[in-house]
Amino acid sequence: MSAPHAGERPSYLGGEYGLRSWLLTLDHKRIGLLYLMGVSAFFLVGGAFAVLIRLELLTPSGDLFQSETYNKLFTLHGIFMIFFFLLPSIPAVLGNFLLPLMIGARDLAFPRINLLSWYIYMVGGLFTTYAMLAGGVDTGWTFYTPYSSTYANSHVIAAALGIFISGFSSILTGVNFIATIHKLRAPGLTWFRLPLFVWAHYATSLIMVLGTPVIAITILLVAVERLFHVGIFDPALGGDPVLFQHLFWFYSHPAVYIMILPAMGVISEVIACFSRKRVFGYKIVAFSSLAIAVLGFLVWGHHMFVSGQSVYAGVVFSLLSFLVAIPSAVKVFNWTATLYRGSISFEAPMLYALGFIGLFTIGGLTGIFLATLAVDVHVHDTYFVVAHFHFVMVGGAVMAYLGGLHFWWPKMFGRLYPEMLARVTAVIVFVGFNLTFLPQFVLGYLGMPRRYHVYPDEFQVLNVLSTAGASILGLGFLMSAAYLPWSLRFGKKAGRNPFGAAGLEWTTASPPMAHNFESVPEVQGEAYEREHVEEELHV
Amino acid sequence: MSETRAVLAHHFESLEQQNEAAAIGMWAFLVQEVMFFGGLFTTYLVYRVLHPGAFAEGSAHLPVALGTANTAVLIGSSLTMALGVRAAQLGRGRQCALFLAATIVLAFAFLGVKGVEYAEKWEHGLIPGVRWSPEAGADARLNLFFALYFVMTGCHALHMLVGIVLMAIVAGRAWGGRYSRANFLGVECLGLYWHFVDLVWIFLFPLLYLLHGHRGGHS
Repeated sequence: MSAPHAGERPSYLGGEYGLRSWLLTLDHKRIGLLYLMGVSAFFLVGGAFAVLIRLELLTPSGDLFQSETYNKLFTLHGIFMIFFFLLPSIPAVLGNFLLPLMIGARDLAFPRINLLSWYIYMVGGLFTTYAMLAGGVDTGWTFYTPYSSTYANSHVIAAALGIFISGFSSILTGVNFIATIHKLRAPGLTWFRLPLFVWAHYATSLIMVLGTPVIAITILLVAVERLFHVGIFDPALGGDPVLFQHLFWFYSHPAVYIMILPAMGVISEVIACFSRKRVFGYKIVAFSSLAIAVLGFLVWGHHMFVSGQSVYAGVVFSLLSFLVAIPSAVKVFNWTATLYRGSISFEAPMLYALGFIGLFTIGGLTGIFLATLAVDVHVHDTYFVVAHFHFVMVGGAVMAYLGGLHFWWPKMFGRLYPEMLARVTAVIVFVGFNLTFLPQFVLGYLGMPRRYHVYPDEFQVLNVLSTAGASILGLGFLMSAAYLPWSLRFGKKAGRNPFGAAGLEWTTASPPMAHNFESVPEVQGEAYEREHVEEELHV
Repeated sequence: MSETRAVLAHHFESLEQQNEAAAIGMWAFLVQEVMFFGGLFTTYLVYRVLHPGAFAEGSAHLPVALGTANTAVLIGSSLTMALGVRAAQLGRGRQCALFLAATIVLAFAFLGVKGVEYAEKWEHGLIPGVRWSPEAGADARLNLFFALYFVMTGCHALHMLVGIVLMAIVAGRAWGGRYSRANFLGVECLGLYWHFVDLVWIFLFPLLYLLHGHRGGHS
């Protein structure tokens, strides 16, 4: 490949203009931005439902919505946030954009399939949006029978079909990432020189490919049951509701790791950059991602401790669930060890990363409480569970997504976000988050069940605190939604490597040209090696 | 050389790399297929244990002779597919296209027999939720067996239809000289897919058709 001079080639954003050039693009970077738009839109929808939920819970009586409406609110909040925001957010936006750049490739292995996956995702999302507009779903995001069978009088099939469809987008993304990481690494980029972001996405892809088809067939069977009135999962027709839960959680528990593993990949990159050090214990952090992916498939029964599953199965699932804590703790300890004697600076992405470490630790440790059989019987289906998974999903995945978005924003668009404003926002998000969800641990422990909109008076103070926190958290999200687009036009121009980070993506232009690199990069050193970065910074 | 450039996508360095990426992508895709049918087989397994009588009774309604004939047809189609892949590897495009055409014929033969079986179920009222009128005294959960029968064989047939479309496309390309000794991975991936579809049937056939014969040994 002959390389013309840098700067002469237009960036991936220029070159071709017009709607057509975006809707038919095969460039992984543009497809990443298409995903960014879809994911942001669905985050807004899911967030709107969260606002309504918190407003209703401001008072003990159900004065804003009827029970039925409230059921639909938390169901749609869960469905949109999980299936259309959290699952695709980091892999399909940041992963799509960054994987080829990080491994020195010109694109993902299958660009057409990549574009197809975005269309499938959007069609799935629109189906579910239709279900929402046509009257909503009230089964809870878990679609448990008999809520989704005997007692369902809402648009279960349309909503489930949307999830079924979007699952294929997840599978295709996983297949694409696996082939890309195996076969498109630049010369010299061995497996143990890969950025940990890439390892995390490899582990994520394995879960996408192994888990998603099982939820697909489960949804198909629910649809068959509803359409043809054959008792498959519905106890009223002679079906087995516990089998549904087994099949559902066989996917949906590993799916939690689809949401958190890429987030961990982001944190590894950000911590390494802003402490100016290599990630401590690189290999074990890499393997811990795979360990989480593997163990994640063996713990689904911990959702069913009170579902009539055998006690012995419960004991085994409980022990296996404890095991997941080991690779998770390995990551937390190794990030902390990376910080030790590092040259730390507190740019906005770093604030999110540090927030992640603390919040994920709380989310993870309360997961251990819940994996303990006896404790789970006490707090099952209470706000304790709600607080636990929001610590992991919002305190973990969303914080990492925002941190990653800020970190690679200059790379994606060639403009810097306003640093001071972003730092303030990161603090607001952190404070708002804690005020929202810490009281929910207490509420749950005291016995407030989830999914009810009416509660005893003594829970009101904690609920008011939670709603107040949610409004602060919402303010934080709105602020980033305002200044990030603003910076596209008014932000300072970013150079190739505004943060002084190691990694191949920082060696090319910001924003990168259509085929990423002027020539195929050759990798000589280990991941996060800083010598050449320091040299460049001091020139 | 110009021929190589025409089939090499911009983001690959060499045909070898492109072929290896396609192969690993195909295998990863087949893994998800295994998990898809795996969920279905698990459901089958659980309900067969819970309702052994209904499953044995349902199985007795299935025509073993037609099922056996179809198994032979499908294994035959795997043979013609393997011969087609071999022809592509040797750079014999037209021969490859002919073998793929033969595979398509066998696939339609299989689906035809399947259609006859489905029609028979229609006549006997053994389609749950659509036309359901089993004989008096039939097991209460017979509908569960037939629901699973239709979902399992239906998903399999759907995969065959997709395969037929893909075979038609690839056969056209092979006839037009698209593949060569260095570039035959499109055919090979299609072959992998078809053998997988064949393999699913190899499991479906005994689980659905031969089950009632098995019961005698135990009870």
